[in-house]
Amino acid sequence: MTSSQQVERAKEAGNRTHHFHGGLRLRHNKKISCMDPVIQPPLPELLVVPLLQHAGDIAEPLVRVGDAILKGQQIGQCQPCAAVHSPSSGTVEAIEERPMSHPSGQPGLCVVIRPDGREKWCKLKPLSNWLDASPDSLIEHMQNCGLAGLGGAVFPTHAKMRDGRNRNTHTLILNGVECEPYISCDEMLMRERPDEIILGARVLRRTLGAERVIIAIEDQMGAVEKALTDSSEYADSKNISVVKVPTIYPEGGERQLIQVLTGLEVPATGRPSDLGLICQNVATAAAVAEAVTQGKPLIERYVTVTGNGITHPRNFMALFGTPVSHLVDQCGGYSDDVARLVVGGPMMGYPLDSDDAPVVKASNCVLALTIADITAPQPEMPCIRCGECARVCPAMLLPQQLHLQIKNELWEPAQTYGLSACIECGCCDFVCPSHIPLVDWFRFGKGQLLKRTLESEAAELARQRFENREARLLSVKQERAKKMLRRKQVLKDKVTQQDRIRASIQRAENKGKENSHNQDKGAPGDT
Amino acid sequence: MTRSFQTSGAPHMPQRTTVAKVMLQVLLALTPGLLAYTWFFGPGILVQVILSTVFALLFEFLMLRARGKPLKPFINDYSAVVTAVLFALCIPPLAPWWISCIAMLFAIVFAKHLYGGLGQNVFNPAMVAYVVVLISFPQAITNWLPPLALAQHSFGLADTLVTIFTGQVPFAGGWDAVTQATPLDTLKTGVDAGRMVPEIRNSPLFGDFGGKGWEWIANWFALGGFYLLYKRVISWQVPVAVIGSVLLLSLPFWLVDPDSNPFPLQHVFSGAIVLAAFFIATDPVSGCVSDRGRLIFGAGVGIITLVIRRWGGYPDGVAFAVLLMNMAAPLIDRYTRPRMYGE
Repeated sequence: MTSSQQVERAKEAGNRTHHFHGGLRLRHNKKISCMDPVIQPPLPELLVVPLLQHAGDIAEPLVRVGDAILKGQQIGQCQPCAAVHSPSSGTVEAIEERPMSHPSGQPGLCVVIRPDGREKWCKLKPLSNWLDASPDSLIEHMQNCGLAGLGGAVFPTHAKMRDGRNRNTHTLILNGVECEPYISCDEMLMRERPDEIILGARVLRRTLGAERVIIAIEDQMGAVEKALTDSSEYADSKNISVVKVPTIYPEGGERQLIQVLTGLEVPATGRPSDLGLICQNVATAAAVAEAVTQGKPLIERYVTVTGNGITHPRNFMALFGTPVSHLVDQCGGYSDDVARLVVGGPMMGYPLDSDDAPVVKASNCVLALTIADITAPQPEMPCIRCGECARVCPAMLLPQQLHLQIKNELWEPAQTYGLSACIECGCCDFVCPSHIPLVDWFRFGKGQLLKRTLESEAAELARQRFENREARLLSVKQERAKKMLRRKQVLKDKVTQQDRIRASIQRAENKGKENSHNQDKGAPGDT
Repeated sequence: MTRSFQTSGAPHMPQRTTVAKVMLQVLLALTPGLLAYTWFFGPGILVQVILSTVFALLFEFLMLRARGKPLKPFINDYSAVVTAVLFALCIPPLAPWWISCIAMLFAIVFAKHLYGGLGQNVFNPAMVAYVVVLISFPQAITNWLPPLALAQHSFGLADTLVTIFTGQVPFAGGWDAVTQATPLDTLKTGVDAGRMVPEIRNSPLFGDFGGKGWEWIANWFALGGFYLLYKRVISWQVPVAVIGSVLLLSLPFWLVDPDSNPFPLQHVFSGAIVLAAFFIATDPVSGCVSDRGRLIFGAGVGIITLVIRRWGGYPDGVAFAVLLMNMAAPLIDRYTRPRMYGE
């Protein structure tokens, strides 16, 4: 299929569902956190807002220690990335390294705010006439409001939209597929705030210049479908459809969802926009709606606090910077047998070593697990090449081969076997009978590949620099040689001229001598 | 109030299975065939299974010690037991005890641990063991019994033990009086002597498709194999390719000359084809990893087995076929990398 044919086929997205390779059917465990409506917890004593919220550069702080700040005021700036805003009004107590919610477990630069409890907003700039606004101004507004993908990857929304805007996007896909067990924040959001999601979808669609919007939800989210289709915004909107897809992990992955909706695969080295598609999380759409109608920057999100290690699991609308411990307290604390604290789901989540880590843009779920939920770490056995990992891999890779290649540092084969296409979903880890931490190996391998690429780029740069220098030196040398030659020529010319002068003088002298001689002889004609 | 936690990598839930569970499922799947074997040929096979298991675990223990590896996880993974049982199913039920000892020495020490232990062996250890004793001790390895229904002397447990441990048959007439050529042997010598297949098949040794008794054992092995397929311990590609290639390749020979070539189903139900298709060629360690690779691997096993049966010096060639394909497996893997997502 040519790429234009693929784009044509992608326009039929959602008409019927397709399969993706591999994946797992897991127990959902979502109900326990969906029983109560979402509440806003009371303000914590301190809000710790990390200046690094997503992959990329750390934002630069715009405030100083002791500054009085207002809710929604921008406190961090980072040109290509999304802005960081203050979640509440109060004073900046410190700007220092603190534990932040990050897979690395490393501390990072955070703005520590002591809220004054008045929740006084800064002056907000809504774009209430968004229907008349140009796409570029909408995109800029999204960047100023600090919008980023709330599905987990926190990719800056304005960057994705700009890409989609430049690529003739025909369909916007809103991702409401929350395939990891336990997590229910998107489900609750869709149930409670369907109007905002659909309004956000319309703004995003207009920004992209797309025709259609598909809201993809899981087939078991009955209440969600009803909430979305019953909403008044939905009734007023054309070309927005809700599509149910079967619940198979990791269907919430962008590439997997696109495959399920269209039957097409996003090119390995490409992006969804190659097919004329853009994916955004439903929570991002809701944040877009708030940013446009109220001018509200992104300072809070729905967070699920759940697991058997929590007394009363539920969902919160939590300000960024709220410590995890504060939310757990609001849930009635931990159960006695709590053993592990995880940010995210059980498949891709990363563990926290302390619950004073803050809620950030990426935190969709705080999962507290008991000893019974997790097995004691089992000894890692050698790979028996059973191939179960390849059978469940949604990227259609051969994890056991990749593992061997990384272990033996065979980087070129690892690249041809598609290491960089791994989406780190953890399906292979889950089914591996030898309990090899495959995804850890793949992360390490990807890092090494990246390092090698950077190194080879640097080497290439150095080579070029060297060659340029050589060329420059050569040209200088040649120039000098030429100059020398010229000078020699000139010198030679001078010499010859002098010779000639001397010769003519000589000649003249000779002549003179001859004449005087003749004179001496007494030539008759001279007198 | 801050609280700290122990960290550990994802997944944060119990993993689906363990190596030990996989191996136990294989052993469970072998049980119906093993019981059928006992039913048709007496308790000798059970004694052989126990003997080789004991020797296999002994050598496993010694090698783990010598290599400084932890004992518990590796002894408890049951991989040595699977090797032992598969080997025992290949040899005559009355083979002398030292056969298992030598065989397991080669399987566990040479084929497995000297290559790096579990998961590192290039060759299927059970087949290495079988081929070593088949070539080194052909006499001891060819004393096969007829099914109990056809036997003049029935071997009870005591007689079996005496025979295995002393090497002497406790009946008048010795070995000659009790052993009988296998159906495949009978077929090969018969065809070589110029007799016709339908005529050879008149012998009471033959059943509906393969040898009497043997074909039923094959059915029970297949049943175990289906269990493994259902449990996704093995993938369908290898069994389908092995049996399919045997059927497809023997069909034209039989159609052209049914007098000197057995019909396709007879090939499938004779010897070790079914056992190999579900339990031996499916060994993941020494086989191929991709789906296409597994199809090629299985077809190779089927084809080489038939070639050896038809033109080779041995009545059955499954073990050689598996070892030859083990050698080819890395090369096949190299050329059968599956397409990736978005490629």
